[in-house]
Amino acid sequence: MASNTLAPTLLDLVGSTPLVELPRLSPSPRVRLFAKLEGQNPTGSIKDRVAKAMVDVAEASGELEPGRRLLEPTSGNTGISLALVAKLRGYPLTCVLPASVTDERRRLLRLYGAELVESPAEEGSNGAVRLALELAERDPSYFMPFQYANEANPRAHYEGTGAEIASALDRVDVLVAGLGTGGTLMGAGARLRDSFPEITVAAAEPLPGDEVMGLRSLDDGYVPPILDVSKLDRKLLVSNEESVSGLRLLLEREGIFGGVSSGAVVHAALRLAGELDEGVVACILADGGWKYLSAGFWDADDVESAMERSVWW
Amino acid sequence: MAAVRIPPTLRAEVGGLRHLDARGDTVAEVIDDLVERYPALERQLLEDGEPAPFVNVFLDGEDVRMLDGADTPVRDGATIILLPAMAGGL
Repeated sequence: MASNTLAPTLLDLVGSTPLVELPRLSPSPRVRLFAKLEGQNPTGSIKDRVAKAMVDVAEASGELEPGRRLLEPTSGNTGISLALVAKLRGYPLTCVLPASVTDERRRLLRLYGAELVESPAEEGSNGAVRLALELAERDPSYFMPFQYANEANPRAHYEGTGAEIASALDRVDVLVAGLGTGGTLMGAGARLRDSFPEITVAAAEPLPGDEVMGLRSLDDGYVPPILDVSKLDRKLLVSNEESVSGLRLLLEREGIFGGVSSGAVVHAALRLAGELDEGVVACILADGGWKYLSAGFWDADDVESAMERSVWW
Repeated sequence: MAAVRIPPTLRAEVGGLRHLDARGDTVAEVIDDLVERYPALERQLLEDGEPAPFVNVFLDGEDVRMLDGADTPVRDGATIILLPAMAGGL
């Protein structure tokens, strides 16, 4: 993070997030755990990097010009990041989001000036993607950065997130990040593999609850175009309950208040760290817990039922 | 014997069951055992005799594609989750 320097605009403070050691979470003194705190970006999530990069690239190519409107399917963080970038660069923004997202995120998006269109809760992120694609097709004044297929997304993580970790650490044996669009894992994974060829790139993937899954058909399976699963070395499924136990552990032991996907990443990282005799595990924590405070899972006894019916990351 | 968790989208094919026990020393054998007992699953799980790309098979929480795929050994008492592919990404 830039210290004692003057930033010309808030967008100049995107990236260069802190990397902190997690000594109280590490399973053994010979295995060192580190966390990249992406919640320290200007709007509080890793998506600031992606939003800024996608708009920069579209402006540079001439595709995005004054007079156009930004449109993006998002269940929250990307929308909030795009709202900041759109505001400072002078574009209106419409976000398509599943009706199930938390109130904080909805309110934040409106406060930043975004217009909201809701897609059916039970269709999750896939439903938001489908609806946004339809809207973009009907109205050519929309410019859709579309983080799922935009190469600027993984590139932001190659040149930013991954490069920052590579310059901070002399050794990385395992990288763990959440699997959403695949941008973080593809970009940061590739950059770290350049520096540490033997690295294991591991994805933490959410196990959706029955109610979320139940209304989909297999044909709905959507694999983001930027995601090349063959570039992943491990892929671990993490339940809501395991994510929340990871979050509680992170807060209890290290004082870090993470978002739901951070809990999943910690859970997966501890499992992988347990397989090592010695080494370095780097985790990317995508956001903080603030935007999930209204969710009922923090002190719920039955986490799974408190989290049913929603998409969390 | 492995415990297989059936996702809601496939329960109609197995008479509404949420969990099934299946036999097999590898992932492929477990899936073959399921398909043999519930032929309606074949179209949902296999493509050209191989596990279909849009179905993720997780063995004890880990995607078998990152292990040895359909040849991944299945220990007695393992848990298998079948999961249709889907995106997240906030």
